[in-house]
Amino acid sequence: MDMEASGNIVELSGIHKRYILKHALTGIDLEIKKGRIVGLLGPNGSGKSTLLKILAGLIHPTSGTVRIDGRAPDANRKKQIAYLPEIDHLYGWMTVDETLRFIAGFYDDWQADKADELLATMNLDGRQKVRNLSKGLRARLKLIVALSRSVPLVLLDEPFSGIDPSSRAKIIRSIVSEFRTGEQTIILSTHSVSESEPMFDDVMFLQQGSVRLFDSADNLRSDYGCSLENIWEKVYA
Amino acid sequence: MQLNFNNPQPIYLQMVDETKRALVRGEIAPGDKIPSLKERAQMSNINPNTVQRAYQEMEREGLTETLRGQGTFIKNDPELLLHLRSEMAHIAVKHFIEEMHGLGIEAAEIERILRDQLSKEKKEG
Repeated sequence: MDMEASGNIVELSGIHKRYILKHALTGIDLEIKKGRIVGLLGPNGSGKSTLLKILAGLIHPTSGTVRIDGRAPDANRKKQIAYLPEIDHLYGWMTVDETLRFIAGFYDDWQADKADELLATMNLDGRQKVRNLSKGLRARLKLIVALSRSVPLVLLDEPFSGIDPSSRAKIIRSIVSEFRTGEQTIILSTHSVSESEPMFDDVMFLQQGSVRLFDSADNLRSDYGCSLENIWEKVYA
Repeated sequence: MQLNFNNPQPIYLQMVDETKRALVRGEIAPGDKIPSLKERAQMSNINPNTVQRAYQEMEREGLTETLRGQGTFIKNDPELLLHLRSEMAHIAVKHFIEEMHGLGIEAAEIERILRDQLSKEKKEG
């Protein structure tokens, strides 16, 4: 099948991931359409981060096949993907400006003007040392790093974890306004369902390493007759 | 704007209805420019694809028109308001009647209750 024509940015089949003592993913078959904002929901340990890392090409599945934009993973894939990790991956001794310049050096698709714009809208001071930023400000910086690239696939692992509500609102606003309809796909894992609900096209509920539900947010709401937040309560009860 | 994510009605249709209500209430008028897709998405943190779907639906229903390079406008059609007003009134009345039927109340009694309540409210003014 011609994957390009199928309009899927991500195609996974039979993905298993086993760590030494744990089955993190147990048979994921998944097609994600281009141009969507997809919410990846699930409790701790359900496999969200593992799935995102596999898509980012940072770890390999124990078995199964991964296709990103119709192609098998290779070194070039990283040029098409921006990934925001859950961990703190930025150097504390750099300033915000230095961080952005440093990261810009890795990517041909870096948009310096976009980074400046985001810096201003997210109220970050470029002269501050990363080490001295609050958790909320560091999270904003991580998001700037991910959104300043011009790539078809953006993966955000828990962009809101441990972040105050005003930073959350700012981050959601930036994701929505920077989203390039039709060209980009965003896959975002989160626990903050109620706040992120308005921005999702599609939603996936993971449970113990497999996909429990995956559909458009509208379909899920109409099937269950309630919001995603309340569906969460039902699914993980 | 009040979007209700617990309402099984899709969000884009809720957005269309909200625009209709704003028109009927006079908060916006025929010929008014409405926010661009991007502005609209940003104002409410709503997914741009959803906003786009709402805008397409409004255009399809003849509520709005898009002028190239100028933006999206509420159609400048004097009939539009009258039409919308009666459409929304009918929907509200239908809901009301369904609710009353659900309580086992039949037409004659509905009429009586409605008349009584209206005259009571008129007096209280």
